[in-house]
Amino acid sequence: MIAGYNTISMGTGRKEFNPKKERPGLEHYLKEAGQATLSHIGGGARVDEGVVGNFMASRFNKQAHLGAFMAMVDPALQYKPSIRVEGACASGGLALVTGIKSVLSGSAEVVLAIGVEVQNTVKAIYGADILAGAGWFQRRKEGQAYFFPGQFSDRAGAYYQKIGREKARLAMARWYRNAIENARLCPTAQEFENKTANLESQGLTEPNPKSFTAHLNVFDCSKVSDGASSIAIVSEEGLRRCGVPVSEAVEVIAVGHAVDDITTLPADPTRLDTIAAAVKKALETAGITPGQLATIETHDCFSIAGILGMEAIGLCGEGEGADFVLAGHTARDGKIPVNTTGGLIGWGHPTGATGVHQAVTIWEQLTGKAGAAQITIPAERPYGLTVNMGGDDKTVVAIVYRKTT
Amino acid sequence: MTYTDRLTNVSVLGSAGKMGSGILLLAALEVADQMLKPENKDRHFVINAIDVSSAALPGLMKYIRAQVLKAAEKKVVLLRGLYAHRAELIENSEIIDAYVDDVMGLIRPSTRLEVAYESTLVFEAVSENEALKVKLFSQINENNALQPWFFTNTSSVPIAGLDKGANLSGRVLGFHFYNPPAVQKLVEVITIAANPSEMKEFALQLAKNMRKVVVPSNDIAGFIGNGHFMRDALFALGEAKILSASMPMHEALYIVNKVSQDYLMRPMGIFQLIDYVGVDVVRFIMSVMNPHMPAEDLHSDELDRMFEKGIKGGQFSDGSQKDGILKYEKGKPVAVFNSDTGEYIPISSFAATADAWLGPLPESTMPWKNLVKAPDKDSLAALAFEAYRTSGTNGAQLALSYARRSREIGLNLVNTGVAHSAADVNTVLLTGFFHAYGPVNEFVL
Repeated sequence: MIAGYNTISMGTGRKEFNPKKERPGLEHYLKEAGQATLSHIGGGARVDEGVVGNFMASRFNKQAHLGAFMAMVDPALQYKPSIRVEGACASGGLALVTGIKSVLSGSAEVVLAIGVEVQNTVKAIYGADILAGAGWFQRRKEGQAYFFPGQFSDRAGAYYQKIGREKARLAMARWYRNAIENARLCPTAQEFENKTANLESQGLTEPNPKSFTAHLNVFDCSKVSDGASSIAIVSEEGLRRCGVPVSEAVEVIAVGHAVDDITTLPADPTRLDTIAAAVKKALETAGITPGQLATIETHDCFSIAGILGMEAIGLCGEGEGADFVLAGHTARDGKIPVNTTGGLIGWGHPTGATGVHQAVTIWEQLTGKAGAAQITIPAERPYGLTVNMGGDDKTVVAIVYRKTT
Repeated sequence: MTYTDRLTNVSVLGSAGKMGSGILLLAALEVADQMLKPENKDRHFVINAIDVSSAALPGLMKYIRAQVLKAAEKKVVLLRGLYAHRAELIENSEIIDAYVDDVMGLIRPSTRLEVAYESTLVFEAVSENEALKVKLFSQINENNALQPWFFTNTSSVPIAGLDKGANLSGRVLGFHFYNPPAVQKLVEVITIAANPSEMKEFALQLAKNMRKVVVPSNDIAGFIGNGHFMRDALFALGEAKILSASMPMHEALYIVNKVSQDYLMRPMGIFQLIDYVGVDVVRFIMSVMNPHMPAEDLHSDELDRMFEKGIKGGQFSDGSQKDGILKYEKGKPVAVFNSDTGEYIPISSFAATADAWLGPLPESTMPWKNLVKAPDKDSLAALAFEAYRTSGTNGAQLALSYARRSREIGLNLVNTGVAHSAADVNTVLLTGFFHAYGPVNEFVL
């Protein structure tokens, strides 16, 4: 993968954001991200295929058929293949998987993958309806007003029972602090300008079931975001065609893609079994253990998802995620820095773009392009992992990347 | 009659007005809460939105719909529970729409008073005209066999007079909202001896359900809110008059307005507040109160002069400020009326002179918007007054005498039996006028 690019994650928290004023739409974000990547690889003429990851433009923006926007991004893409893929919040990850498969099949040497979502078109309470489409609609009626926060609130409640509420809340507040502190190092992050002094005490704000959910507060949640991310997926031939040096590429060495039955509830709400399955497959294919990873971008749509993710990835045992986070292992100076530009809570969560954003972040870290957010990649651990989740652990894309030598 | 029984048929008189529309909204939300209780599912509830202006009713309904929608969006968690039995309502948007439809379905707009003949509770928010109120109450009372209760929003007319005039045998009390009713937390409840005890209990329960802060006031014209505001305004006009001996009237008005806002750290200056309420309304309230105050003269020649020259203030239907004593651009004062010349004089043309006369504002004085958010408002306000006492500037001197008069007005409201306590006076000014500190405080001395 080469030439990654993230737009700003726009929404509350950014000083440019004014909900009362007209804002850029899908077209703007697709163009900004797509054209930025193309400018580094010699333009659309070098691209064989396009793929757009998007979750719910059909409702947020009343717009479907996003694959055909590729030719708007660059006229040289006219009459070339392009599709839009959807798997809820894993749509971006599916765009990567689709592009990788095209390259592996030999049908393309260069694929432009763009993830995009523009969500601030409706108030959060209506956005909750739209995002609930990531769950089984037959369960919407029994679900909570804020549907997905409700689902993960139930998971958090079960986790409190399992390991004790106080420790779990402390770990969730620490997760929030790490997310915001990392976002402050990344100018495109939605929380880049966050100035809150005591993040952990803010993170410990008592949840209010009357206005939100029983076990999560708003700081436990990812952002409502507008944004796009793009990256080029290339073969070795494609890399030569684009004229990009190998040092500016990351190598994709394994993909784990898994789904679970959307009509079922989790067997154990304190486990993210689909993440575990997808990551296991990716790591086995790559032939590495979790301990060999230098950094991870994980899908922390909620702080509890981040913590349970640590367990599912295999960084610690079941029920030990909170201790792992509280010990500082996931902080940027810890054993395994996680979500180094803020993740979904700090950087933002333009749903259909998130999977691509995670890949761009890993690409930046492994090629030394992460600016102020740059971490050290140990020579003996040249690997990165992205974990992109759709719905309540129903579609998962896990990808392992290696720094090029 | 239970609390819910009392709310089955409600009328709001003057419902298209500034206060009436807010009262209608609050009443509709409260009646809807009763209607949506499972035990009331077979009961029928009605709210009559009565106004003389037929032309104003469509706009009123539009306003109410928009406000109910906002209220619904804020309480979807609760609404999902209330509508859980409606299998066809799945998404938040569907539940919100159903709730808005249900609330709007309660409200019957009408220009005819006859619809109130079946009401058990009547809110009144017509103009501050005692004779008109008596006439409306009498007509409803004579034609309504249900012995309705009348809740008047009057801010100045004594309740006992309305009771006697309309022959209500104690079935009227003051239920005085502050503008805008949907936002302001304060309700002044003015009871009279003849009120049945269950009526007072109902009033307190209703205010609580509407999430209001209740301050009891005795039945003396103007009650606490206007009792303070009118005298405060008269003091300000008097100070401006004194200053005008040595400077043009518009400069004097500017100076007093500035002191009452910046030095006293209030949300707006006194003349801006008069404009907000309306020069005509303030004049009228004074005229209603004055006959009940034999020892005082609640009257201003200066306001009369302005009113005669067409200066009225008040707001446009979109809520923006009309020109009054001050002229406004984008809600900010830009000129001051001079009643001698009949012209607005731009503030920019004399502000430097007037500000020099006032002297520099002490550093400890905070803008109201910062002070009101501070946890220790009283001690911060006290610091400003400490600086005024040691500062020799004209501004500081005027601020001290203004604040001391405001305190004296507050204490007099207690001494004359209008308010039960100084704390109640402070609550009214804090919650009804958004002051950052109450007028009755030692630190202004």
